[in-house]
Amino acid sequence: MARVVDSFSWHEYLRQQAKDSQHPLLKDFFVSQDFPEDLSLDQTEFVALDFETTGLDPENDEIVSIGLVPFTMQRIKVAKAKHWIVRPKCQLTDDSIVIHGITHSEILNAPLISEVLEKVIQELSGKVVVVHYRYIESEFLNSVVVKELGEEMWFPMVDTMQIEAQQHRCGWRSKLKRLFGGKLPSIRLVDSRLRYGLPRYHMHSAMTDAIATAELLQAQVRHRFPETTPVSELWQ
Amino acid sequence: MEAEQIEIAEFLGRYPPFSFLPEKTLHRVASSVEITYFRQGADVYRFGDEIHDLCFIRSGSIEIYRRNGNLYNRLSVGDVFGQLGLLMKNRIRLPSRALEDSLIYFIPEAVFNELCDNFEEFAYYVEIDDKRKMNKAVQQQREESALSSVKVSSLIVRQPVMISMDASIRQAALKMTNESVSSLLIVDEEAPLEDNGVCRNTLVGILTDRDLRTRVVSQGIDLDQSVANVMTHSPKTLDKDTYVFEAMLTMLRFNLHHLPVVDHGEPLGVIAISDIVRYESKNSLFIVGLIHRQHSTEELVAVSKDVQSCFVRMVHQESNAHMIGSAMSVIGRSFKQRLLELAEEKLGPPPVPYCFLALGSMARDEQLLITDQDNALILSNEYDAAKHSAYFEALSEFVSEGLDKCGYPLCTGRIMATNPRWRKTITEWRECFADWIDHPNPDALLHSSVFFDLEGVYGKTEWAEDLYRFVVNRAKNSPKFLASLARNALLRTPPLGFFKEFVMEQDGEHRRTINLKRRGTAPLADLIRVHALAVGSTSRNSIDRLDDVIKAGILPDKRGQELKYAMEYLAMVRIRHQVEDVEESREPDNNIEPDTLSDIERRNLKEAFNVLNNSQRFLKYRYPFS
Repeated sequence: MARVVDSFSWHEYLRQQAKDSQHPLLKDFFVSQDFPEDLSLDQTEFVALDFETTGLDPENDEIVSIGLVPFTMQRIKVAKAKHWIVRPKCQLTDDSIVIHGITHSEILNAPLISEVLEKVIQELSGKVVVVHYRYIESEFLNSVVVKELGEEMWFPMVDTMQIEAQQHRCGWRSKLKRLFGGKLPSIRLVDSRLRYGLPRYHMHSAMTDAIATAELLQAQVRHRFPETTPVSELWQ
Repeated sequence: MEAEQIEIAEFLGRYPPFSFLPEKTLHRVASSVEITYFRQGADVYRFGDEIHDLCFIRSGSIEIYRRNGNLYNRLSVGDVFGQLGLLMKNRIRLPSRALEDSLIYFIPEAVFNELCDNFEEFAYYVEIDDKRKMNKAVQQQREESALSSVKVSSLIVRQPVMISMDASIRQAALKMTNESVSSLLIVDEEAPLEDNGVCRNTLVGILTDRDLRTRVVSQGIDLDQSVANVMTHSPKTLDKDTYVFEAMLTMLRFNLHHLPVVDHGEPLGVIAISDIVRYESKNSLFIVGLIHRQHSTEELVAVSKDVQSCFVRMVHQESNAHMIGSAMSVIGRSFKQRLLELAEEKLGPPPVPYCFLALGSMARDEQLLITDQDNALILSNEYDAAKHSAYFEALSEFVSEGLDKCGYPLCTGRIMATNPRWRKTITEWRECFADWIDHPNPDALLHSSVFFDLEGVYGKTEWAEDLYRFVVNRAKNSPKFLASLARNALLRTPPLGFFKEFVMEQDGEHRRTINLKRRGTAPLADLIRVHALAVGSTSRNSIDRLDDVIKAGILPDKRGQELKYAMEYLAMVRIRHQVEDVEESREPDNNIEPDTLSDIERRNLKEAFNVLNNSQRFLKYRYPFS
């Protein structure tokens, strides 16, 4: 599977996927992801995405809720935010119930992932997807798409955790610090937000975390990048 | 599925006006918001921007400004703003800026209108201009003590005056005299480093006026001895990044009057305790520093726009009239000094030495907001009109014009250095004053009383001091002159009628007002000047003069204290009135309307005018005109 390598171009890859995809839903999605190569941050339509899952293994664990919110550098459009609770095929353990704060009855009445997948992909269409820690969202989404549509779905995302990591975990300072057993700053969503003066949220739903991620990207950009930077420089 | 924004709703619901809303409505509001992160210093709205949302501060803080740039309010988490714009045709009247990194929730206009229509408490909250919130902002401003946020390096206005440790005491004393400083830094000059040729000076000691008195003169020490024998070795110093507040504590604690400021051991300058007292305000400090760094009249004009807000802030910091008057005078003086430096850059060095004089309120350290420029020039006796007049005319023009642009309008009586009459040599000035004093004529003196408050602000400032000592010595021995001056000081009476009711202006633009300057502080300053000259005081500030006069014992018991109080009170009412004008975006003036005062204020004001009234009667009796 194609992962990030030096000579790799996301733009070329996306164009190829648009041609190669068989399923119309995926074909449309990849066409919509063919952004101009010089699309700048302040011109970009983003969508922040967050999954809550039963665990960390995309093969065996399942998505239980999905939150997303469209935004630009100017405004986060909470009115257009979407939130789904999804019924996993396996039994929920009591532990994950506590974590997600979702009740059994909510889950029993919820749709299966196959029923909402189309809507989710349409919401992502034409927008640059933003996540905090891309492994979860990209692996779980791909895994679901493979199971439901029989094809793979890899595409570039902006990862706010990666942006924090580059700031705090790369460079000689951090290496030196690590060498001497120093503790590096946490790049978890909650801790990263505090560094930008963003508030601590008390709920931890996929919805709140998606909004929290959108706010974090606005803050990161305002602190670190000119808004004319091409969005592709932040793609992972 | 539409998302329910529990987190947002829960937070909004903690703060008014959202706390007045039922939960169901609150959730709908929460689901309608848009969010933006603002970096510290970023504009949220500029004046005239369109606005279509009510703004709620989720984190951070926001400052709201008046159109003239003065701070109107400071808001923090849970506060709302923008309602005024929404209620006023969707235009921003009060621009807003992030004071720190802030997260703002925007609630759309449609939702806002619906809430105003359906929930009375909500509407009431957003529609009143909440005085309570205003006071909070002002309170915060007061608590931020200026002294704790300014570094000592900003107090330094001139290069340090230094001498090598090999110099003699005599050389050191001469240098102090020539540079007119009260302290001298003694340095060890190291050889230049390799090729850059720059000497590094390491501070080894300090010598002050006081040291010369106590360790040299009174001990009969030989003046050819090394200065190192009498200096204070390794004096206490301040790092350039020390806060003024700490500097003040250090001085008080060690009873020091001068402290060298160093950068890595190398002297940058010296600050005196008087610098700190005088510059007690962050803003006056900051502006003075700024003035000295500008490179053209245009740049100075830009800085001059901040003078008003500096004035307002000082008043909110509860400075007294004496402090404010001093700070405004320092600012005015700095404009003059910088303009003269710029003029010399443009015109070349002066052909003969000169001293630029400030006259009137600036010389008295009593300047407020509206004040025209009164100035003059003392020229060296070598001055030759045929050869040099063009230079000094151009110099004066440059300065007067610059001052005019910076908010110090031209003097209508033409008492300015641009007027050839007021450019005189040292000898001519002495003759002029001698004539005024020896042959006093009230009518002639009427227009020259302003000259009896004079101060050198630039160039050979010691000439101004010499001249003033000459004036005082001559004046105190001339009863006829004092009587003439006293008679003029009675021309402007306090606005009290026979039954001690206020007498107000009867016509013109300022009907039913009292001009506090013309009827209050100015006649007070006039009468204090007469007493001061009579007792030979060389002070210029009215309060300082009163101290000298009280010490001389010529006033009836307690009258001196009453006068001080009256001066401070009238000046303070004038100052507060000007601040109100500035805050209401009016041109500040001196005309107060007694009808708008409270009973207590009216009573105090009458009391102060009454002191003036009684003091004027005493003046008539003390300096009889025959």
